[in-house]
Amino acid sequence: MEEQEEKKEQKKKIKVKMREQPPLERIKNFNEVPHGYSPEEAVEEAIRCLSCKRPTCVDYCPVEVDIPGFLKLVKEGEFLEAAYKVKETNALPAVCGRVCPQEVQCESGCIVGKKGEPVAIGNLERFVADYEAEKGEVMIPEKPKPTGRKIAVIGSGPGGLTCAADLAMSGHQVTLFEALHKPGGVLIYGIPEFRLPKLIVEREVEYIKKLGVELVLNAVIGKIFTVDELLNEQGYDACFICTGAGLPMFMGIPGENLNGVYSANEFLTRANLMKSYLFPRYDTPIKRGRWVAVVGGGNVAMDAARVAMRLGSEKVYLIYRRSEAEMPARKAEVHHAHEEGIEFLFLTNPVRYLDDGQGNVRGVECIKMELGEPDESGRRRPVPIKGSEFQMEVDIAIPALGTRANPLLPKTMPDLKLNKRGYIIAEEATGMTSKRGVFAGGDIVTGAATVILAMGAGRKAARAINEYLKWKYWDFSGLAISQ
Amino acid sequence: MFKILKKEEKSDLVILFEIAAKDIAKKAKPGNFFILKIHEEGERIPLTIADFDRDKGTITSVFQKVGKTTYHLGILNEGDYLSDVIGPLGNPSHIENFGKVVCVGGGVGIAPVYPITKALKEAGNKIISIIGARSKDLLFWEDKMRKVSDELIVTTDDGSYGRKGVVTIPLEEILKGDQVKATKKHVPSFEDREVVQEPSVNLVIAIGPPIMMKFVCKTTEKFNVKTIVSLNSIMVDGTGMCGACRVEVGGETKFACVDGPEFDGHKVDFDLLMKRLQMYLVEEKVAMDMYSGKM
Repeated sequence: MEEQEEKKEQKKKIKVKMREQPPLERIKNFNEVPHGYSPEEAVEEAIRCLSCKRPTCVDYCPVEVDIPGFLKLVKEGEFLEAAYKVKETNALPAVCGRVCPQEVQCESGCIVGKKGEPVAIGNLERFVADYEAEKGEVMIPEKPKPTGRKIAVIGSGPGGLTCAADLAMSGHQVTLFEALHKPGGVLIYGIPEFRLPKLIVEREVEYIKKLGVELVLNAVIGKIFTVDELLNEQGYDACFICTGAGLPMFMGIPGENLNGVYSANEFLTRANLMKSYLFPRYDTPIKRGRWVAVVGGGNVAMDAARVAMRLGSEKVYLIYRRSEAEMPARKAEVHHAHEEGIEFLFLTNPVRYLDDGQGNVRGVECIKMELGEPDESGRRRPVPIKGSEFQMEVDIAIPALGTRANPLLPKTMPDLKLNKRGYIIAEEATGMTSKRGVFAGGDIVTGAATVILAMGAGRKAARAINEYLKWKYWDFSGLAISQ
Repeated sequence: MFKILKKEEKSDLVILFEIAAKDIAKKAKPGNFFILKIHEEGERIPLTIADFDRDKGTITSVFQKVGKTTYHLGILNEGDYLSDVIGPLGNPSHIENFGKVVCVGGGVGIAPVYPITKALKEAGNKIISIIGARSKDLLFWEDKMRKVSDELIVTTDDGSYGRKGVVTIPLEEILKGDQVKATKKHVPSFEDREVVQEPSVNLVIAIGPPIMMKFVCKTTEKFNVKTIVSLNSIMVDGTGMCGACRVEVGGETKFACVDGPEFDGHKVDFDLLMKRLQMYLVEEKVAMDMYSGKM
């Protein structure tokens, strides 16, 4: 009896694992890796929640989902109600359940996590959102009374979608402008199908449209309309800029413009947005390398490496200049990459790409690194080891080194204050910028960050826009800036 | 969806489309390009805006059938729709009164050079235009170009129309003529007075196949005449996000979509541009073979 109790106690410490496609199978397809919980598994996992009186998990959620509230409903088997509960504050639960870094957010605040594994909040969020969609009972909240105010949201990524949804729920007439031919921003062009099926993004966008948001595709703001035209000629009362980070960075080493060297942005955009993994059924080509080197240690690098694997590469290397401990990528992504046979070369940095004589990359020369003193980021600075250069044969190389601010839109707004790296200066709590009526948030303010942080910025801006519309008061102090 | 309002077959290979795109027409300027996608499975390809009509709300583009997408475009007719048209993209041409300008258009490059020539003419420049193609049937817009030029020279590689040879031959003659006049300046005589007053070429604009632009630049470099070229790199998004259109200008990597498409031709690495344009030759052939099989 006691033994059984103990076993039960032990079991409580471990979360219910999500079933997944086995690695050797999944590297041959682009289908989603984890299968999701069954209703039984969901209940079993939700029971682990202690329903804390003062839930610390919520403190770590940028959009303040009522986590104990929805978990209680899951425990009771009220899955639809649970989904509605999440949607009270999160317009994109099926996306967040999949791509949020819960381990450093809600789950890091979970009390259960102090003695064992935290409650798998992300998995459960995904479960309830999928359950709602599968049942076909997607709830459309009652439409509020129209306020007659018009808001332009620029960029239909996670931040723009959230802001547009919130503003629509406040009764404003919202137009969501997207530069590409499909809505979703990074959710569509960046995150691969096997991590976030595009059907799910489409479903979430449909939901936002049902809230009354008007979506305008193929509209590069700054080119087709300027923000001034939106505000002064087209009758928009305010505008939220959430255009993402933009330009891919390169190292500036020799051979980076050889054929076969892709920025991770390009490689992923071809594969995800343009569906080039289905070439020639889809028209956009992509090079399928036999040996591929991805450079970088973030989530984008993991995505690029795993896409390359699925395109049929024999060998995919991931080159990172620091050690595994400093990698910024999510642990789960690194784990999946390991499982799929990606070979990690830590403390290694490329110095040049080699030409095959025809303008194609045939290899990469790298140098070994060691960790020195900590730098401004607090991580130990990698230092090259003299004379440790070596060459590797590769026919595709994918630098995934982050992005810098895209000047396309800010360039057309001389009265908008930017920081020295070209990002928009905006107040963290409100998204308010130096230009009256213009709010900004997400990567174009903070530099490359996460889906959920952009969503948080979208939410804050929506709130601030509501306040602004009430009082038309603009006091940009430039203090408390998010940098 | 964007409707094709007018289609003109300039030759078996060269086709003109006038597309309804009200908002783009309103903002289009000489030198801009746009991106189009035919249908859901299509690729995004950049095409230069060859003309625009703000009142009618249309943009005009001329393209040559080279691969699957352009062949597919070629079978579309007036009244058909394109799923996506995005623009105007890229920086517009810098237009001012430079004095005397030579505008060179080669092949389908005649189309994008036209609006720039027109704008330069309107800005008060004296324009000598040179348009060239492989043969007579690939030539178009001679009349339109003549209207916006003070002088027009036509060349064909095979001599089937105009002067036989490539565009750089008359270009070199013009620049040499300037040089002769310049040397004569030092020995002013009564007869030369009129000639000396004739200004020399201050700027050359060249748009066409990369190999043509490369040799135009080689020619003008000898005479130290500033030359602007418009680069037709492979692109995906066209807004700076992917970097597919990387080119090297003065030893620096630039993105043709947001830093260009126009650059100082004397600084452009044309060999790299040509290699990068060939990146997908194998895939293009696969797509084309499949497509023609289907036809």
